Amino acid sequence: MELSLATRTVAEHTVLEVGGEVDVYTAPRLRERLVELVDSGARSVVVDLGGVDFLDSTGLGVLVGAMKRLRVVNGRFGLVCSKEPLLKIFRITALDQVFPIYPTIEAATDDGDGSGPTS
Amino acid sequence: MATVRLSFSPAPVHVRTARLVGVAVARRAGVAEELLDEVRLAIGEACTRAVALHNQYGLPDLITVEMSDSDSYAVRVIDHAPIEASVGLAKLPPDELADEALTDEALTTGVGFALLRGFVDDLQVRPVEDGPGTEVRMVWPVQRR
Repeated sequence: MELSLATRTVAEHTVLEVGGEVDVYTAPRLRERLVELVDSGARSVVVDLGGVDFLDSTGLGVLVGAMKRLRVVNGRFGLVCSKEPLLKIFRITALDQVFPIYPTIEAATDDGDGSGPTS
Repeated sequence: MATVRLSFSPAPVHVRTARLVGVAVARRAGVAEELLDEVRLAIGEACTRAVALHNQYGLPDLITVEMSDSDSYAVRVIDHAPIEASVGLAKLPPDELADEALTDEALTTGVGFALLRGFVDDLQVRPVEDGPGTEVRMVWPVQRR
């Protein structure tokens, strides 16, 4: 399935809903969109991976890049993911210790200090 | 034993094709359904790595994916980049992953190998026998039918 990207706003957060396959071919489009969001002033970005059915190292690299970009401007970055196959990818790469990963959009947007889920 | 061989120009768009073919052959070979996501990811990572290396060295040569089944399902992904480019198999610790000094390319390479090692129990990375290049060989068990 092709990559799909949709942006919406929840309070002060910009939520980017990603769907389809994020791989070496489609990841540049995700990178462009994330760069656009930060350049246009978004300072709290939540990437919702709920519709993603494939994610590879290139996609993971893009997510780390976005997190670094937001850190430079004192922004916040979080992921929403509850699919076990994707969570396993984050665990194997140790990126679960790098990203705040929330089970729902509500949990991500209610987390005041952006420190990550408490559970 | 049946063999399916696929060769493709080193372009990112073809990696998806390689994944689709790799999973289709795996399913037919009798790889357990619950392993197919891992097969898909691992073949994708090996091909992504090969495409990146060919692009880095400006090599137009085809990348080959060879799938064969007998007692197990074996996939070989063969590139033709200089051998020294194949180093960097180490898994990166979390504090380095988020380090500003780490380039996107280095991060993606490190994460890609972490995924290969994490998802493939039987993984070998070795030089090809003729000329420059590396072969990534991955093997999965098949169920008897």
